[in-house]
Amino acid sequence: MNLINPNFISFVILALIAVGASLGVVFCKNPVRSAICLVISFCVLAVLYFTLSAEMLGITQIVVYAGAIMVLFLFVVMLLTTANQESLNPKLDWRLILASLFAVGLIAVIGFRALLPFNQTITPRAPDGYGGPQELGMALFTRFGYPFEAISLLLMVGIVGSILLAKRRVR
Amino acid sequence: MPIFMVMPLCIWLERRLLAFMQDRLGPNRVGPMGLLQPVADGAKLFFKEDIMPAGVDRFIYILAPAVALFPAVTLGAVVPYAAPIGTYGLLTPVADVNIGVLYILAMSSLGVYGTVFAGYSGNNKFSLLGGLRASAQLISYELAMGMALACMVMVSGSLKISDIVLSQESPLWGIKGVDIENWNAFTPFGFLAMIIFLVCMIAETNRPPFDLPEAENELVAGYHTEYSSMKFATFYMGEYLAMLMFGTVFASVFLGGYNFLPINWHAWAMANSGAAPLCDFMEKFSYYLGPVWLLGKAIGVVVGYIWIRATLPRLRYDQLMNLGWRTLLPAAVGNLMVVALWITATATYGTGIGWLITLVVMAIWLGIYAVTVRINRSKGIQFEERSVMMVNPSVTTISANDKSPEAVVL
Repeated sequence: MNLINPNFISFVILALIAVGASLGVVFCKNPVRSAICLVISFCVLAVLYFTLSAEMLGITQIVVYAGAIMVLFLFVVMLLTTANQESLNPKLDWRLILASLFAVGLIAVIGFRALLPFNQTITPRAPDGYGGPQELGMALFTRFGYPFEAISLLLMVGIVGSILLAKRRVR
Repeated sequence: MPIFMVMPLCIWLERRLLAFMQDRLGPNRVGPMGLLQPVADGAKLFFKEDIMPAGVDRFIYILAPAVALFPAVTLGAVVPYAAPIGTYGLLTPVADVNIGVLYILAMSSLGVYGTVFAGYSGNNKFSLLGGLRASAQLISYELAMGMALACMVMVSGSLKISDIVLSQESPLWGIKGVDIENWNAFTPFGFLAMIIFLVCMIAETNRPPFDLPEAENELVAGYHTEYSSMKFATFYMGEYLAMLMFGTVFASVFLGGYNFLPINWHAWAMANSGAAPLCDFMEKFSYYLGPVWLLGKAIGVVVGYIWIRATLPRLRYDQLMNLGWRTLLPAAVGNLMVVALWITATATYGTGIGWLITLVVMAIWLGIYAVTVRINRSKGIQFEERSVMMVNPSVTTISANDKSPEAVVL
Protein backbone atom coordinates (compact mmCIF):
# COMPACT_ATOMS: atom_id res chain seq x y z
CA MET A 1 0.00 0.00 0.00
CA ASN A 2 1.23 3.46 -0.70
CA LEU A 3 -0.03 4.43 2.71
CA ILE A 4 2.86 2.92 4.64
CA ASN A 5 5.50 5.55 4.07
CA PRO A 6 7.76 7.18 6.64
CA ASN A 7 5.55 10.24 6.74
CA PHE A 8 2.56 8.21 7.75
CA ILE A 9 4.47 6.16 10.29
CA SER A 10 5.87 9.23 11.99
CA PHE A 11 2.44 10.80 12.01
CA VAL A 12 0.95 7.69 13.62
CA ILE A 13 3.62 7.62 16.33
CA LEU A 14 3.22 11.32 17.10
CA ALA A 15 -0.53 11.09 17.06
CA LEU A 16 -0.50 8.16 19.45
CA ILE A 17 1.72 10.05 21.88
CA ALA A 18 -0.48 13.12 21.62
CA VAL A 19 -3.69 11.20 22.20
CA GLY A 20 -2.10 9.25 25.02
CA ALA A 21 -0.96 12.45 26.70
CA SER A 22 -4.40 13.99 26.31
CA LEU A 23 -5.99 10.92 27.87
CA GLY A 24 -3.43 11.24 30.63
CA VAL A 25 -4.60 14.78 31.29
CA VAL A 26 -8.11 13.53 31.86
CA PHE A 27 -7.42 10.32 33.68
CA CYS A 28 -4.45 11.12 35.96
CA LYS A 29 -5.27 11.33 39.62
CA ASN A 30 -2.41 13.64 40.48
CA PRO A 31 -3.01 17.15 39.10
CA VAL A 32 0.70 17.79 38.62
CA ARG A 33 1.05 14.70 36.44
CA SER A 34 -2.02 15.84 34.57
CA ALA A 35 -0.37 19.17 33.84
CA ILE A 36 2.82 17.42 32.72
CA CYS A 37 0.76 15.33 30.30
CA LEU A 38 -0.75 18.51 28.94
CA VAL A 39 2.73 19.96 28.36
CA ILE A 40 3.74 16.79 26.53
CA SER A 41 0.66 16.97 24.34
CA PHE A 42 1.41 20.61 23.47
CA CYS A 43 4.98 19.76 22.52
CA VAL A 44 3.86 16.82 20.35
CA LEU A 45 1.27 19.08 18.73
CA ALA A 46 4.05 21.53 17.92
CA VAL A 47 6.03 18.71 16.28
CA LEU A 48 2.94 17.83 14.25
CA TYR A 49 2.77 21.43 13.09
CA PHE A 50 6.41 21.15 12.04
CA THR A 51 5.65 18.08 9.95
CA LEU A 52 2.98 20.10 8.17
CA SER A 53 5.60 22.82 7.48
CA ALA A 54 3.76 25.33 9.66
CA GLU A 55 6.93 26.17 11.52
CA MET A 56 5.95 29.59 12.89
CA LEU A 57 2.81 28.13 14.38
CA GLY A 58 4.70 25.23 15.87
CA ILE A 59 7.43 27.24 17.50
CA THR A 60 4.89 29.80 18.74
CA GLN A 61 2.98 26.91 20.29
CA ILE A 62 6.10 25.95 22.27
CA VAL A 63 7.06 29.49 23.24
CA VAL A 64 3.60 30.66 24.27
CA TYR A 65 1.65 27.61 25.30
CA ALA A 66 4.21 25.18 26.66
CA GLY A 67 6.65 27.85 27.74
CA ALA A 68 4.51 30.44 29.46
CA ILE A 69 0.90 29.41 29.91
CA MET A 70 1.60 25.94 31.24
CA VAL A 71 4.22 27.29 33.63
CA LEU A 72 1.58 29.52 35.18
CA PHE A 73 -0.83 26.58 35.29
CA LEU A 74 1.81 24.57 37.10
CA PHE A 75 2.33 27.43 39.55
CA VAL A 76 -1.26 27.31 40.63
CA VAL A 77 -1.50 23.53 40.61
CA MET A 78 1.64 23.09 42.67
CA LEU A 79 0.69 25.69 45.21
CA LEU A 80 -2.74 24.22 45.75
CA THR A 81 -1.88 20.52 45.76
CA THR A 82 -1.62 18.64 48.99
CA ALA A 83 0.24 15.38 49.30
CA ASN A 84 -2.68 13.00 49.53
CA GLN A 85 -5.18 13.79 46.85
CA GLU A 86 -8.60 12.38 47.14
CA SER A 87 -10.07 12.48 43.72
CA LEU A 88 -13.45 11.50 42.48
CA ASN A 89 -13.78 7.80 41.84
CA PRO A 90 -16.63 7.46 39.42
CA LYS A 91 -18.56 4.31 39.94
CA LEU A 92 -19.39 2.17 36.97
CA ASP A 93 -23.17 2.42 36.56
CA TRP A 94 -25.55 2.26 33.63
CA ARG A 95 -25.40 6.01 32.94
CA LEU A 96 -21.67 5.83 32.27
CA ILE A 97 -22.09 2.94 29.83
CA LEU A 98 -24.95 4.61 28.00
CA ALA A 99 -23.00 7.85 27.69
CA SER A 100 -19.95 6.05 26.32
CA LEU A 101 -22.13 4.25 23.75
CA PHE A 102 -23.59 7.56 22.63
CA ALA A 103 -20.09 9.08 22.41
CA VAL A 104 -18.83 6.21 20.26
CA GLY A 105 -21.89 6.59 18.04
CA LEU A 106 -21.31 10.30 17.65
CA ILE A 107 -17.67 9.79 16.71
CA ALA A 108 -18.68 7.16 14.21
CA VAL A 109 -21.25 9.41 12.55
CA ILE A 110 -18.89 12.39 12.37
CA GLY A 111 -16.03 10.27 11.14
CA PHE A 112 -18.14 8.67 8.48
CA ARG A 113 -19.35 11.97 7.13
CA ALA A 114 -16.20 14.03 7.50
CA LEU A 115 -13.29 11.68 7.07
CA LEU A 116 -14.48 9.37 4.33
CA PRO A 117 -14.11 11.86 1.47
CA PHE A 118 -10.45 12.27 2.42
CA ASN A 119 -9.70 8.67 1.59
CA GLN A 120 -8.94 9.33 -2.06
CA THR A 121 -7.09 12.62 -1.82
CA ILE A 122 -3.44 13.09 -2.52
CA THR A 123 -1.76 15.32 0.01
CA PRO A 124 -0.65 18.42 -1.84
CA ARG A 125 2.81 19.78 -1.24
CA ALA A 126 2.89 23.16 0.40
CA PRO A 127 4.49 25.95 -1.61
CA ASP A 128 7.94 27.14 -0.63
CA GLY A 129 7.94 29.40 2.35
CA TYR A 130 4.49 28.34 3.42
CA GLY A 131 4.10 28.77 7.14
CA GLY A 132 7.40 30.56 7.45
CA PRO A 133 7.82 33.89 9.18
CA GLN A 134 7.87 35.97 5.98
CA GLU A 135 4.57 34.62 4.68
CA LEU A 136 2.92 34.82 8.07
CA GLY A 137 4.12 38.36 8.61
CA MET A 138 2.94 39.54 5.23
CA ALA A 139 -0.48 37.99 5.72
CA LEU A 140 -0.78 39.29 9.27
CA PHE A 141 0.01 42.86 8.34
CA THR A 142 -1.78 43.16 5.02
CA ARG A 143 -4.74 40.83 4.73
CA PHE A 144 -5.43 40.44 8.43
CA GLY A 145 -4.30 43.86 9.58
CA TYR A 146 -7.59 44.83 11.19
CA PRO A 147 -8.05 41.64 13.27
CA PHE A 148 -4.38 41.89 14.27
CA GLU A 149 -4.78 45.36 15.72
CA ALA A 150 -8.10 44.46 17.32
CA ILE A 151 -6.60 41.41 19.02
CA SER A 152 -3.66 43.40 20.32
CA LEU A 153 -6.10 45.91 21.79
CA LEU A 154 -8.02 43.04 23.37
CA LEU A 155 -4.82 41.68 24.91
CA MET A 156 -3.98 45.08 26.32
CA VAL A 157 -7.43 45.33 27.89
CA GLY A 158 -6.84 41.90 29.42
CA ILE A 159 -3.50 42.99 30.87
CA VAL A 160 -4.92 46.18 32.33
CA GLY A 161 -7.87 44.29 33.79
CA SER A 162 -5.70 41.66 35.42
CA ILE A 163 -3.41 44.29 36.95
CA LEU A 164 -6.43 46.12 38.33
CA LEU A 165 -7.87 42.95 39.76
CA ALA A 166 -4.62 41.92 41.43
CA LYS A 167 -3.57 45.29 42.77
CA ARG A 168 -3.69 45.80 46.45
CA ARG A 169 -5.70 48.73 47.66
CA VAL A 170 -3.36 51.32 49.06
CA ARG A 171 -5.04 52.73 52.11
CA MET B 1 30.28 17.48 20.19
CA PRO B 2 33.45 19.50 20.61
CA ILE B 3 31.22 22.23 21.97
CA PHE B 4 30.39 20.19 25.02
CA MET B 5 34.06 19.54 25.69
CA VAL B 6 34.45 23.24 26.44
CA MET B 7 32.18 22.85 29.44
CA PRO B 8 34.75 21.41 31.86
CA LEU B 9 36.98 24.27 30.83
CA CYS B 10 34.18 26.58 31.93
CA ILE B 11 34.03 24.92 35.33
CA TRP B 12 37.78 25.21 35.81
CA LEU B 13 37.77 28.80 34.54
CA GLU B 14 35.07 29.78 36.96
CA ARG B 15 36.84 28.45 40.00
CA ARG B 16 40.26 29.81 39.06
CA LEU B 17 39.12 33.20 37.82
CA LEU B 18 36.69 33.74 40.67
CA ALA B 19 39.50 32.90 43.06
CA PHE B 20 41.90 35.34 41.44
CA MET B 21 39.28 38.03 41.61
CA GLN B 22 38.80 37.29 45.28
CA ASP B 23 42.54 37.57 45.93
CA ARG B 24 43.19 33.91 46.47
CA LEU B 25 44.39 31.00 44.38
CA GLY B 26 41.85 28.56 43.07
CA PRO B 27 42.32 24.83 42.80
CA ASN B 28 45.88 24.29 41.70
CA ARG B 29 46.74 20.85 43.01
CA VAL B 30 44.77 18.43 40.92
CA GLY B 31 46.50 18.80 37.58
CA PRO B 32 48.83 21.40 36.12
CA MET B 33 47.23 24.67 37.25
CA GLY B 34 44.30 22.66 38.52
CA LEU B 35 43.11 21.77 35.04
CA LEU B 36 41.90 18.33 36.09
CA GLN B 37 39.67 19.80 38.79
CA PRO B 38 36.44 19.23 36.81
CA VAL B 39 37.42 15.59 36.43
CA ALA B 40 37.87 15.37 40.19
CA ASP B 41 34.52 17.10 40.68
CA GLY B 42 32.81 14.64 38.40
CA ALA B 43 34.42 11.66 40.11
CA LYS B 44 33.44 12.91 43.53
CA LEU B 45 29.84 13.52 42.49
CA PHE B 46 29.73 10.12 40.86
CA PHE B 47 30.76 8.31 44.01
CA LYS B 48 28.44 10.12 46.36
CA GLU B 49 25.49 8.35 47.80
CA ASP B 50 22.39 8.74 45.70
CA ILE B 51 19.62 9.63 48.09
CA MET B 52 15.98 9.64 47.23
CA PRO B 53 14.05 11.28 50.07
CA ALA B 54 10.93 9.62 51.34
CA GLY B 55 7.63 10.96 50.14
CA VAL B 56 8.79 12.51 46.90
CA ASP B 57 6.87 11.98 43.72
CA ARG B 58 9.29 9.52 42.15
CA PHE B 59 8.47 10.16 38.54
CA ILE B 60 8.87 13.92 38.74
CA TYR B 61 11.89 13.65 40.99
CA ILE B 62 13.77 11.56 38.44
CA LEU B 63 12.42 13.53 35.50
CA ALA B 64 13.48 16.97 36.77
CA PRO B 65 17.25 16.83 36.12
CA ALA B 66 16.66 15.48 32.61
CA VAL B 67 14.18 18.24 31.90
CA ALA B 68 16.70 20.76 33.24
CA LEU B 69 19.52 19.45 31.06
CA PHE B 70 17.58 19.11 27.82
CA PRO B 71 17.05 22.80 26.93
CA ALA B 72 20.60 23.68 27.94
CA VAL B 73 21.94 21.14 25.49
CA THR B 74 19.61 21.92 22.60
CA LEU B 75 19.87 25.70 22.94
CA GLY B 76 22.91 26.09 20.74
CA ALA B 77 21.69 23.88 17.93
CA VAL B 78 20.90 26.68 15.51
CA VAL B 79 23.97 28.86 15.93
CA PRO B 80 26.21 29.03 12.84
CA TYR B 81 29.81 28.25 13.58
CA ALA B 82 31.31 29.27 10.26
CA ALA B 83 30.50 31.33 7.23
CA PRO B 84 28.19 29.66 4.72
CA ILE B 85 30.60 29.83 1.78
CA GLY B 86 33.44 27.72 0.60
CA THR B 87 34.55 24.62 2.36
CA TYR B 88 32.43 24.94 5.44
CA GLY B 89 29.03 25.19 3.88
CA LEU B 90 26.71 26.15 6.66
CA LEU B 91 28.16 24.80 9.85
CA THR B 92 25.52 24.58 12.54
CA PRO B 93 25.32 21.78 15.09
CA VAL B 94 21.93 20.63 13.86
CA ALA B 95 20.31 22.87 11.29
CA ASP B 96 19.85 26.48 10.37
CA VAL B 97 16.11 26.78 10.66
CA ASN B 98 14.03 29.65 9.36
CA ILE B 99 12.93 30.43 12.88
CA GLY B 100 16.29 30.36 14.64
CA VAL B 101 15.68 33.17 17.12
CA LEU B 102 12.27 31.84 18.12
CA TYR B 103 13.86 28.45 18.68
CA ILE B 104 16.28 30.02 21.19
CA LEU B 105 13.35 31.61 23.00
CA ALA B 106 11.42 28.35 22.99
CA MET B 107 14.28 26.37 24.49
CA SER B 108 14.88 28.94 27.19
CA SER B 109 11.16 28.87 27.96
CA LEU B 110 11.34 25.11 28.38
CA GLY B 111 14.22 25.58 30.79
CA VAL B 112 11.76 26.78 33.39
CA TYR B 113 10.31 23.31 33.78
CA GLY B 114 13.44 21.81 35.26
CA THR B 115 13.32 24.33 38.07
CA VAL B 116 9.60 23.92 38.62
CA PHE B 117 9.72 20.13 38.76
CA ALA B 118 12.81 20.10 40.98
CA GLY B 119 11.18 22.51 43.39
CA TYR B 120 7.95 20.59 43.50
CA SER B 121 9.32 17.10 43.84
CA GLY B 122 11.37 17.85 46.91
CA ASN B 123 8.83 17.13 49.53
CA ASN B 124 9.08 20.35 51.50
CA LYS B 125 7.55 23.77 51.35
CA PHE B 126 10.85 25.64 51.15
CA SER B 127 11.92 23.78 48.07
CA LEU B 128 8.53 24.38 46.49
CA LEU B 129 8.56 28.09 47.16
CA GLY B 130 12.16 28.33 45.99
CA GLY B 131 11.29 26.62 42.75
CA LEU B 132 8.24 28.81 42.18
CA ARG B 133 10.20 31.99 42.83
CA ALA B 134 12.85 30.78 40.41
CA SER B 135 10.31 30.15 37.70
CA ALA B 136 8.68 33.55 38.29
CA GLN B 137 12.10 35.11 37.83
CA LEU B 138 12.70 33.12 34.65
CA ILE B 139 9.43 33.98 32.96
CA SER B 140 9.82 37.65 33.87
CA TYR B 141 13.17 37.91 32.15
CA GLU B 142 12.14 35.88 29.13
CA LEU B 143 9.97 38.78 27.96
CA ALA B 144 12.69 41.41 27.97
CA MET B 145 15.04 38.89 26.33
CA GLY B 146 12.52 38.27 23.56
CA MET B 147 12.07 42.00 23.04
CA ALA B 148 15.82 42.58 22.82
CA LEU B 149 16.15 39.77 20.28
CA ALA B 150 13.17 41.17 18.39
CA CYS B 151 15.06 44.45 17.95
CA MET B 152 17.93 42.59 16.32
CA VAL B 153 15.55 40.56 14.17
CA MET B 154 14.02 43.78 12.88
CA VAL B 155 17.45 45.23 12.16
CA SER B 156 18.60 42.26 10.12
CA GLY B 157 15.24 41.38 8.64
CA SER B 158 15.27 37.67 9.24
CA LEU B 159 14.81 35.18 12.04
CA LYS B 160 17.68 32.98 10.88
CA ILE B 161 20.73 33.51 13.03
CA SER B 162 23.04 33.04 10.06
CA ASP B 163 21.25 35.94 8.37
CA ILE B 164 21.74 38.06 11.47
CA VAL B 165 25.47 37.31 11.39
CA LEU B 166 25.63 38.04 7.66
CA SER B 167 23.84 41.36 8.10
CA GLN B 168 26.55 42.38 10.54
CA GLU B 169 29.12 42.28 7.77
CA SER B 170 27.83 45.41 6.08
CA PRO B 171 29.68 48.70 6.53
CA LEU B 172 29.55 50.36 9.90
CA TRP B 173 26.43 52.51 10.36
CA GLY B 174 25.76 52.30 6.65
CA ILE B 175 28.61 54.63 5.76
CA LYS B 176 29.85 53.45 2.42
CA GLY B 177 33.56 53.06 2.00
CA VAL B 178 34.36 52.42 5.62
CA ASP B 179 35.78 48.97 6.02
CA ILE B 180 34.69 48.35 9.57
CA GLU B 181 31.87 45.90 9.91
CA ASN B 182 28.58 46.81 11.43
CA TRP B 183 28.50 44.53 14.43
CA ASN B 184 25.28 45.02 16.29
CA ALA B 185 27.11 46.03 19.42
CA PHE B 186 28.37 49.17 17.68
CA THR B 187 24.96 50.54 16.80
CA PRO B 188 23.24 52.57 19.55
CA PHE B 189 20.03 50.55 19.66
CA GLY B 190 22.05 47.37 19.27
CA PHE B 191 24.19 48.37 22.23
CA LEU B 192 21.15 48.92 24.42
CA ALA B 193 19.63 45.67 23.25
CA MET B 194 22.93 43.98 24.04
CA ILE B 195 22.91 45.25 27.61
CA ILE B 196 19.29 44.20 28.08
CA PHE B 197 20.00 40.78 26.62
CA LEU B 198 23.08 40.39 28.83
CA VAL B 199 21.12 41.08 32.00
CA CYS B 200 18.30 38.79 30.94
CA MET B 201 20.76 36.07 30.00
CA ILE B 202 22.30 36.15 33.47
CA ALA B 203 18.83 35.97 34.97
CA GLU B 204 17.79 33.09 32.71
CA THR B 205 20.69 30.91 33.78
CA ASN B 206 20.13 31.66 37.48
CA ARG B 207 23.61 33.07 37.92
CA PRO B 208 24.68 35.60 40.53
CA PRO B 209 23.51 38.34 41.04
CA PHE B 210 20.23 36.63 40.14
CA ASP B 211 20.80 33.40 41.99
CA LEU B 212 18.17 33.89 44.65
CA PRO B 213 16.66 30.46 44.09
CA GLU B 214 19.99 28.73 44.40
CA ALA B 215 21.68 30.43 47.24
CA GLU B 216 19.48 32.46 49.48
CA ASN B 217 16.91 29.81 50.06
CA GLU B 218 19.70 27.35 50.36
CA LEU B 219 20.37 28.65 53.80
CA VAL B 220 17.18 26.77 54.49
CA ALA B 221 16.55 24.77 51.35
CA GLY B 222 16.58 25.42 47.62
CA TYR B 223 15.12 23.97 44.51
CA HIS B 224 17.92 21.47 44.08
CA THR B 225 18.61 20.67 47.69
CA GLU B 226 17.00 17.27 47.63
CA TYR B 227 19.32 16.13 44.88
CA SER B 228 22.65 14.46 45.47
CA SER B 229 25.43 12.98 43.36
CA MET B 230 24.64 12.50 39.71
CA LYS B 231 21.32 14.30 39.68
CA PHE B 232 22.97 17.36 41.16
CA ALA B 233 25.79 16.93 38.68
CA THR B 234 23.17 17.08 35.93
CA PHE B 235 21.90 20.42 37.25
CA TYR B 236 25.48 21.66 37.59
CA MET B 237 26.38 20.61 34.04
CA GLY B 238 23.16 22.06 32.69
CA GLU B 239 23.90 25.43 34.24
CA TYR B 240 27.36 25.68 32.66
CA LEU B 241 26.15 24.40 29.31
CA ALA B 242 23.37 26.97 29.33
CA MET B 243 25.92 29.69 30.07
CA LEU B 244 28.06 28.55 27.17
CA MET B 245 25.17 28.21 24.73
CA PHE B 246 23.76 31.59 25.65
CA GLY B 247 27.29 32.90 25.14
CA THR B 248 27.35 31.57 21.59
CA VAL B 249 23.92 33.05 20.87
CA PHE B 250 25.01 36.39 22.30
CA ALA B 251 28.19 36.34 20.23
CA SER B 252 26.26 35.54 17.06
CA VAL B 253 23.55 38.12 17.45
CA PHE B 254 25.52 41.00 18.91
CA LEU B 255 29.20 40.44 18.38
CA GLY B 256 29.36 39.27 14.79
CA GLY B 257 29.58 35.53 15.30
CA TYR B 258 32.34 33.73 13.54
CA ASN B 259 34.15 36.84 12.28
CA PHE B 260 37.50 37.51 13.80
CA LEU B 261 37.69 41.29 13.85
CA PRO B 262 35.17 43.88 12.80
CA ILE B 263 37.16 44.68 9.69
CA ASN B 264 36.03 43.82 6.21
CA TRP B 265 39.25 42.48 4.71
CA HIS B 266 37.79 41.97 1.27
CA ALA B 267 36.72 45.59 0.88
CA TRP B 268 40.04 46.78 2.27
CA ALA B 269 41.89 44.73 -0.30
CA MET B 270 39.73 46.15 -3.07
CA ALA B 271 40.34 49.72 -1.89
CA ASN B 272 44.11 49.66 -1.70
CA SER B 273 45.67 46.77 -3.52
CA GLY B 274 49.03 47.32 -1.88
CA ALA B 275 47.89 45.60 1.26
CA ALA B 276 46.33 42.76 -0.70
CA PRO B 277 48.50 39.88 0.61
CA LEU B 278 47.85 40.88 4.21
CA CYS B 279 44.14 41.18 3.59
CA ASP B 280 44.11 37.86 1.80
CA PHE B 281 45.84 36.15 4.68
CA MET B 282 43.61 37.77 7.29
CA GLU B 283 40.52 36.84 5.35
CA LYS B 284 41.55 33.21 5.19
CA PHE B 285 42.59 33.33 8.84
CA SER B 286 39.25 34.75 9.82
CA TYR B 287 37.34 32.30 7.68
CA TYR B 288 38.98 28.98 8.41
CA LEU B 289 39.14 29.50 12.13
CA GLY B 290 35.50 30.60 12.31
CA PRO B 291 34.40 28.16 15.03
CA VAL B 292 37.41 29.11 17.14
CA TRP B 293 36.40 32.77 17.06
CA LEU B 294 32.82 31.99 17.99
CA LEU B 295 33.85 29.79 20.88
CA GLY B 296 36.40 32.39 21.91
CA LYS B 297 33.70 35.03 22.08
CA ALA B 298 31.45 32.66 23.99
CA ILE B 299 34.20 32.05 26.53
CA GLY B 300 34.63 35.81 26.71
CA VAL B 301 30.97 36.05 27.64
CA VAL B 302 31.48 33.35 30.27
CA VAL B 303 34.38 35.38 31.68
CA GLY B 304 31.93 38.28 31.83
CA TYR B 305 29.52 36.08 33.78
CA ILE B 306 32.24 35.19 36.28
CA TRP B 307 33.35 38.80 36.55
CA ILE B 308 29.81 39.94 37.31
CA ARG B 309 29.50 37.15 39.85
CA ALA B 310 32.63 38.33 41.65
CA THR B 311 31.49 41.93 41.65
CA LEU B 312 27.81 42.29 42.38
CA PRO B 313 25.86 41.25 45.47
CA ARG B 314 22.76 39.20 45.14
CA LEU B 315 19.50 40.88 44.24
CA ARG B 316 16.59 40.62 46.60
CA TYR B 317 13.45 39.14 45.14
CA ASP B 318 11.46 42.35 44.83
CA GLN B 319 14.45 44.18 43.41
CA LEU B 320 14.77 41.41 40.87
CA MET B 321 11.13 41.55 39.80
CA ASN B 322 11.19 45.34 39.65
CA LEU B 323 14.24 45.21 37.44
CA GLY B 324 12.65 42.71 35.09
CA TRP B 325 9.22 44.22 34.70
CA ARG B 326 9.61 47.92 35.42
CA THR B 327 13.06 48.66 34.04
CA LEU B 328 14.10 46.15 31.40
CA LEU B 329 10.78 45.52 29.68
CA PRO B 330 9.92 49.21 29.04
CA ALA B 331 13.51 49.81 27.94
CA ALA B 332 13.34 46.89 25.52
CA VAL B 333 9.96 47.97 24.10
CA GLY B 334 11.19 51.53 23.68
CA ASN B 335 14.29 50.20 21.94
CA LEU B 336 12.02 48.29 19.58
CA MET B 337 10.22 51.49 18.67
CA VAL B 338 13.55 53.24 18.06
CA VAL B 339 14.61 50.40 15.75
CA ALA B 340 11.34 50.70 13.85
CA LEU B 341 11.92 54.42 13.52
CA TRP B 342 15.44 53.80 12.23
CA ILE B 343 14.20 51.40 9.59
CA THR B 344 11.57 53.85 8.34
CA ALA B 345 13.89 56.85 8.51
CA THR B 346 16.72 55.21 6.59
CA ALA B 347 14.30 53.88 4.02
CA THR B 348 12.66 57.23 3.48
CA TYR B 349 15.45 59.73 3.89
CA GLY B 350 18.61 57.83 3.11
CA THR B 351 21.34 56.76 5.43
CA GLY B 352 22.77 59.97 6.82
CA ILE B 353 19.65 61.87 7.77
CA GLY B 354 18.00 58.65 8.86
CA TRP B 355 20.69 57.99 11.44
CA LEU B 356 20.54 61.59 12.62
CA ILE B 357 16.80 61.41 13.19
CA THR B 358 17.20 58.12 14.99
CA LEU B 359 19.91 59.38 17.29
CA VAL B 360 17.92 62.49 18.17
CA VAL B 361 14.77 60.51 18.89
CA MET B 362 16.73 57.97 20.91
CA ALA B 363 18.27 60.72 23.01
CA ILE B 364 14.83 62.24 23.61
CA TRP B 365 13.38 58.87 24.52
CA LEU B 366 16.21 58.07 26.94
CA GLY B 367 15.70 61.43 28.58
CA ILE B 368 11.97 60.90 28.98
CA TYR B 369 12.59 57.40 30.28
CA ALA B 370 15.09 58.57 32.86
CA VAL B 371 12.75 61.31 34.03
CA THR B 372 9.74 59.01 34.35
CA VAL B 373 11.80 56.40 36.14
CA ARG B 374 12.97 59.01 38.57
CA ILE B 375 9.40 60.16 39.17
CA ASN B 376 8.25 56.59 39.72
CA ARG B 377 11.03 55.76 42.12
CA SER B 378 10.48 58.83 44.24
CA LYS B 379 6.93 57.72 44.92
CA GLY B 380 8.09 54.34 46.05
CA ILE B 381 8.15 52.79 49.45
CA GLN B 382 8.51 55.37 52.14
CA PHE B 383 10.89 54.10 54.72
CA GLU B 384 9.70 54.82 58.21
CA GLU B 385 12.04 56.70 60.41
CA ARG B 386 13.18 54.97 63.47
CA SER B 387 15.08 56.42 66.28
CA VAL B 388 17.25 54.65 68.78
CA MET B 389 17.87 55.79 72.25
CA MET B 390 21.28 54.77 73.39
CA VAL B 391 21.50 54.41 77.10
CA ASN B 392 24.59 54.66 79.18
CA PRO B 393 24.43 51.54 81.38
CA SER B 394 25.86 53.40 84.35
CA VAL B 395 22.90 55.74 84.41
CA THR B 396 20.04 53.85 85.99
CA THR B 397 17.13 56.23 85.61
CA ILE B 398 16.49 58.44 82.68
CA SER B 399 13.73 60.96 82.59
CA ALA B 400 12.23 62.57 79.53
CA ASN B 401 13.82 65.90 80.17
CA ASP B 402 17.23 64.51 80.80
CA LYS B 403 19.67 66.58 78.80
CA SER B 404 22.80 64.98 80.14
CA PRO B 405 25.19 63.55 77.57
CA GLU B 406 24.63 60.01 78.87
CA ALA B 407 21.23 59.81 77.37
CA VAL B 408 21.56 60.37 73.68
CA VAL B 409 18.76 60.09 71.22
CA LEU B 410 19.96 59.29 67.80
